[in-house]
This record gives sequence, C-alpha cells and structure tokens, in this order.
Amino acid sequence: MTRQEGSTPLLEFRDINTHYGAVHILKDVNLAIYPGELVCLLGGNASGKSTTLKTLLGMVKPTSGEVVLDGEVVNDKPTSYRVERGVTMVPENRRLFKRLSVKENLELGAYLRDDKEGIEADLERIFSMFPRVKERLTQKAGTLSGGEQQMVAMGRALMARPRVLLMDEPSMGLAPALVQTNFELIEQIHQEGIAIFMVEQNANMALSIADRGWVLQTGKVVLDNTAEALLADPDLRRSYLGQAD
Amino acid sequence: MSAVTASTGMPTAVSKGAFDVDWRQIARTGGLLALGLVFIALTGMPVGLDERTVIEPWLSLGLLSLTFLPFVLGYTVGHEKVLEGVAAKAKGARDVVAGAAVGALGGLGLSVLVVLVDNFDLRDPLVNWSPQLVEMLSFDQSVGFGFVAWIAISGALGAAGGALHVLPHQVRRAVVAAILAVLLTAIFESFLTDVIDQLEFLYASRGGLTNVWAVVVFVVAMAVSLSGGGEKLGERRAAYQAASGPAKNRQTALFIAAFSLAMIIIPLVTGKITQELMANVGIFMLLALGLNIVVGLAGILDLGYVAFFAVGGYTTAVLTSPNRGPDWPSWVPTLDGPGGWLIALAVTIVMAIFAGLVIGAPVIRMRGDYLAIVTLGFGEIIRLLFLSDWLGGYFNGAQGITNIPSADFGIFEVKGTDPRSVFYLVMVLAAISIYISWRLEHSRLGRAWMAVREDESVAEAMGINTVNVKLMAFVVGAALASFAGAVFSAKVGSIFPTSFLILVSIVILVIVIVGGMGNIVGVMVGALGLVGVLGGPKQPGLLQEFSEYKLLIYGALLIWMMLNRPEGLVPNVRRSRELHQDEFLQDAWLRGEVDRDESTTEAEASANLADGLGTNGGAS
Repeated sequence: MTRQEGSTPLLEFRDINTHYGAVHILKDVNLAIYPGELVCLLGGNASGKSTTLKTLLGMVKPTSGEVVLDGEVVNDKPTSYRVERGVTMVPENRRLFKRLSVKENLELGAYLRDDKEGIEADLERIFSMFPRVKERLTQKAGTLSGGEQQMVAMGRALMARPRVLLMDEPSMGLAPALVQTNFELIEQIHQEGIAIFMVEQNANMALSIADRGWVLQTGKVVLDNTAEALLADPDLRRSYLGQAD
Repeated sequence: MSAVTASTGMPTAVSKGAFDVDWRQIARTGGLLALGLVFIALTGMPVGLDERTVIEPWLSLGLLSLTFLPFVLGYTVGHEKVLEGVAAKAKGARDVVAGAAVGALGGLGLSVLVVLVDNFDLRDPLVNWSPQLVEMLSFDQSVGFGFVAWIAISGALGAAGGALHVLPHQVRRAVVAAILAVLLTAIFESFLTDVIDQLEFLYASRGGLTNVWAVVVFVVAMAVSLSGGGEKLGERRAAYQAASGPAKNRQTALFIAAFSLAMIIIPLVTGKITQELMANVGIFMLLALGLNIVVGLAGILDLGYVAFFAVGGYTTAVLTSPNRGPDWPSWVPTLDGPGGWLIALAVTIVMAIFAGLVIGAPVIRMRGDYLAIVTLGFGEIIRLLFLSDWLGGYFNGAQGITNIPSADFGIFEVKGTDPRSVFYLVMVLAAISIYISWRLEHSRLGRAWMAVREDESVAEAMGINTVNVKLMAFVVGAALASFAGAVFSAKVGSIFPTSFLILVSIVILVIVIVGGMGNIVGVMVGALGLVGVLGGPKQPGLLQEFSEYKLLIYGALLIWMMLNRPEGLVPNVRRSRELHQDEFLQDAWLRGEVDRDESTTEAEASANLADGLGTNGGAS
C-alpha cells in the first residue's frame, strides 16, 4: 500500500532542530510519513537517526520547528499522548523487560489501553502471527533467543495498536539468517495497513522493501527520494558512507 | 608467608591417593583462612566474647568465633563442581588431607600472630593487639604452646570439615544439623529460657550448655535428621511450589491463617524480652516493606528512607505530646485520650505523603547513582532540620520531644512498657502494609514500576509516565514508613534527632537486600533474621553479645550474600532466574525446553554469513 496523493501525513517534521546541550543534532529536518506507507531513514553512526525517533516520540524536545501528528502540533505533548494516538516504537536491540515474563512484556505494550476485550483479541492476533511467542508466554523474556526476542518486541509494539511503527535498527544484533526473516515480518505487519518508519544501517535490505527513504548525514537530510531512485543513486553510497564531499 | 610455604610444595605433587590434591587451591584457601582468623582475632571478638560460655567449661563464644572458620573452609576446599561428562573424583582420604592442610595453614597464620603480638607493641593503631589476646590464644600457657596448639587445633578442625565429604549424604546432613542444633541451643540460651522457663536444666549455672546436655542435644538432633525430619519439610515446600490454581490458593490461605494464629499466640507465652524483640522486628518489618516497594519494585535506590520514618515519628509526637515545642499555634491540637492516636496516625500519613512529594519531586528526575546520592543527602537534611535551632521552637532540637503518650484505643492501650501490645499493633499495621504491597505489586501500577525498574527509557517509550510512576513509589513508601514512625514514637515515648541516623536507612536497605528484593516474604524473613537475631541500629537482638560487632556481621553478611546468593534469602523466582540465568538455561536445556533447532539456525546463520555481509552493502 503506497501513499494516496493529497492525503495528510500521519506524522510530520517541519524544520526540526534539536540540541543535546549546545551540540546541534538535527538541522532543519523535514519528514512526512503518510498512513500505510513503509519508509526508511538511512544514515551512518551519529547521523541523528535515533534522535529523530526520540523526537517523533516526544522523548527529546526540539529546539525549533514543529512535530505534527494528524495535523496537530504535538511539540508540547508527552510521549503517552502520542502513544495513545498510534505512534509506537520498537527500540534498538529489542530492549525487552528481561526479568518480566513474555506475557507481562506484551501487556506493557498495551499499558495505555483499557479495552479488555480489544487487548485479548490483539493478544490472539499476535499469537497467530508468532506461534512461538504463545509457547513462551510464561518464560522470562531475557531467556529467549534473539529471534524470539524480536518477535516479542514486535508483539509488544503491536499491542499498542499502532498506526505507525517506529523501528530503530530492527536488524541490529540479529544473526544474518534472521535478518531476512525479520524484514519479511516487517512487510507482513505493513500488509495489515500499519505505516512503518524504519531507521536502518542495512541500506540495501531496507530500501528493497520500502516505498520511500531519506538519507541523514550529520543531522541533515541529504537525500529524499523513492526507494527505487535511492537504490540507483550513485550519491547514496557516498553520503551513506559519510565521506566528506 | 604461609602461602609461600605451600606453593613451594606444589610442583612435586604428582603423588596419588590421599595426597592427590590441588595444592594451589589449598594454598589459596589456607591463606584466606589465615587472613580471616587474624582479622577476627584483631576485631576483638575472641577476647570480648570469651566470658560467654557456649558449652561449659571448654567452649566460649570467643573461641567459637575463631574455630568455626577452619571447619567451614576445611569443608569448602574439598567442594568441587560436578561437571557433566567429567568423572568426579571419588571422595576419600584426600579431602581430609586437603582440609587438614588448609586448617594447619590458617592455624599457622594465627600462631604467627600470637608470636608477633607477644613481641611487638602495635596497640596504638590496633586496639585489640593486647596481652589479653596472647593470653587467650595461648590458653594461659606459654606462647610456644599456643603456637603449636593453634596449628594442631585448626588442622584438626579443617580435617574434620574435610571429613564431611567422606560421609554419605544422609549422615553428613545429620551431623551438620546436630552441630547446628547444639550451637543454636547454646547461643539462644537467654531466648529459650525466656520462652520456656523449664529449659533452665539444660544450662550450667554460669551459662552455657553442660557437656552432658550438649551430647544429648547432638544425638537427638542427629536422630531426628536421620529419620528424615528435614526432608519432609523440603518435600512439602516443593509440593507447594509445584501446586497451582485453587489448590495453591487454599494452601496459601492455610499458611497465612496458621502464621497469623502463631503471631497472636507466641507473644502470650513468651517473656518480656522476646516481646520487646518482636515489637522491634515488627517496626523494622514495616519500614522494610515500604522500602521494598521503592527499591524492590520500582528500582529506585533510596538511601534516605529514614527521612519518612522521622517525619512519621515527629508528626505523631507533635500531635500527641504535651512536651512538643512551644511555638506551635494553639489550633494544632494535642490529641490524647481514646482514639486520639488514630487521628494522629491519619494526619501522620498525610504529612508523610506530603513529604514524599516534596522530597520526591526534585529527586525523582534523576537516575541511578545520582538519585541514590541525592536521597542520601535529603535523608540527612530532614534529620538536621529537626535538630536545628531554626525549628527548635517546634521540635526542641537535640532535646527532642518527650512524654509522648501511649496509643489509647479505648478498649486496648498500646504502651512501650507493654511490648506485647506494641507487637499486636505493629502486626495489624504490617498486615495492612502487606496487603497494600501485594495488591500494588499485581496492579497496573505495579507492572509499570517493574517496567521502569527494568528499563526506564523503554518504559517511557511504552507511554508510561515514568516520573509520575516513580513518584508514586516514593509516596507509597513514605506512607508505609510513617506507620512505623507513628508506632515508634508511641512505643519509645520520646524521640530525638539521633533516633533517625543514616544507619537506620542502611539497616533497612540491608534487610531488603538480604531478604530478597521485591519479595514480601523475603523482607519479613530479612527483618526477623537481622533485627531479630543481630539487632537493629540501636535495638538489641537475640544475640546481644554480638551487638558490638553487629555492623561487622551485617557487612560480612551483605558481601557474602552478594557473592553467593544475590537473589536474597527468599528469592523472588523472577530475580533468581535473572541472576542465575546460565544455570537456569542449562537446566532448561537438560529438560529439553530450549529449542534444539536454535543451534541449527545458528549454523545456517554462519553459513550465510558471506551472503549477509554482501547484502550489508556499504553499511559497514
């Protein structure tokens, strides 16, 4: 499902600048994520990818510019406000609550929801998607294998009933054989109509499933195009590697 | 020095049989034993506790504080991890030899100390470097005699410890149980005779078990153990843990009922000393239950927890005592008479919640170590405020508030001179605290606390308002601490800023850690074991003799627990799995729970490594 022309973006950055102390991280960044599309943000280390995610989610406040959710400026709204309205993150390295059971992890994903039946139904949906998760339900999340942890992390995010899923380096720390499966999972979630905003270092893999992409370099968006165009772009390799122009 | 003598013997140890032992291990353990014995000797424990007889006339508590160590280390040196697929070496004479060698090495350390103390004067830095130490360690004989005696005694005890390995499992357990039974019967003499006067006959007139009764207790304990008494208890426990659903609930209810009944009956049959002790244990149990929510559930390391205890104590004191500071306006009533204490308690809880918010709000935004340090500071600030001249008109500064009346409930009066009544009041409040803790732990808030404890950033990303949630933990902890403060002031009748030293915070924290963080039963056991047996910061415990060395033992216990049983005495299943994950996974693997095809996935993964790198493109 790709973007319908003319629809309003689900989540948008308008000239966002962020600072950590005096250090300028994001510089006039503009992004737009439309309902149901799969987009990716590429960039090397310290290019500002994770800061972008944290700013989208409200864990970092921008110094200027606007974060727009459903046409509403949400700069001053807390993370919980955005999570309630369908913005959810799958953190880097999965970061499960290791000493809690798989079930508790999933329930924490639905922390802000109080529709009991809906939560039950979503649990069942996740079990049908990841049968392995159901087998491990009472086990502590820290004792799962890497692949299983990835499933639980995605399940936990889906429990929030997201409209857009922010994924921070989903293939990091996974065995190469699992990376492929993982991207298939992402596509499967995307099929259900959930927009995906993926931050990745694995450029080829990410662009092969994405609709559009941006390339971030030292806090600036240097490339913004469709996935096909980016894959073909000779500049991509150069800017992605972070070589000086 | 002792370590050197041993390691020179190491390369020649190719012999078989009894001497086929790990000399390096022996040297290490022996050196450790020597250091341990010298350390204990210089703490003054042996001399200080020499007057207290354990078994009349030959074993004093002082002597025991030294002699237990060679026995224990003599046993541990022969303790080997059984590895799968590796044949364990047969237990036999070699274990006895190893134990004896370790014991002798350690004894040598002590012997050398005797000679040194006799010939050099180091009393200035080391207060216990005294002639009395030499006298005691040489058994009132010559120094030469002491020198030889300690190598022999320690060696013999080490050998005895090592010999435990040779005994079959059943017998070994029985022997250990019997030794413990004798020692506990002797050490808890004052407690046992306080509970049951008729037990006096066991003991000699100057204290200590008589030889005859020591033997009787030993034999009886051994017989009980051999007949399988201990095993049945273990089986019951395992059965309880395996049970689930209504059966388990019924058992839990039964257990709670039995426990409550015991708590009602025990104070009726015991003497005042025991009642006083139980009241103190109860107060610290209340405090620890509150801190358990803050540290155990929400993972906030609060080192200034005593602040809320102080707020609770002072609020109740101000509201009930005629001797509060002169500057209080007349509209602040003095609530004595029936029911007054309950109203005071209600106000106290409100004040504690307020204090929790005021202290918590600035502190809670910090994380980890920083938060711990700042709470430490606030704990002291509160105490200094009560001590200050600035608020002297309200809290009387160092003079404190005296004449705090007892808690009068009309039909039932709780006063310090009647520790039994204090105990009952504390138990009622503890029951309330336990219920609150238990309900909260299984609530949405409880789950949010655990999420914050596990990973604060991710908890935030899940939409949990981490600041609010942490503040709630702080406030609930403060309210529970104020219970203890209110009871404390009514019990003691007067409170001073020195009642709320930082040591109280630390003792409560140690109770929570030793008992098992995040575990209600663990916290109760911790309070009983530490405050009940060793004593609180100022309260004597069962082992009053050790009061001078209480903090030393607290510290040693804490270190030992962190190294060997970090999950606490009563582990939370969750924590213990985390902390012993390797073993847990290994067990799971043996039971076939871990997926075998996980390994094939890994194999495929490495086979595909080249592919993976290829797709990675320019990413790396």
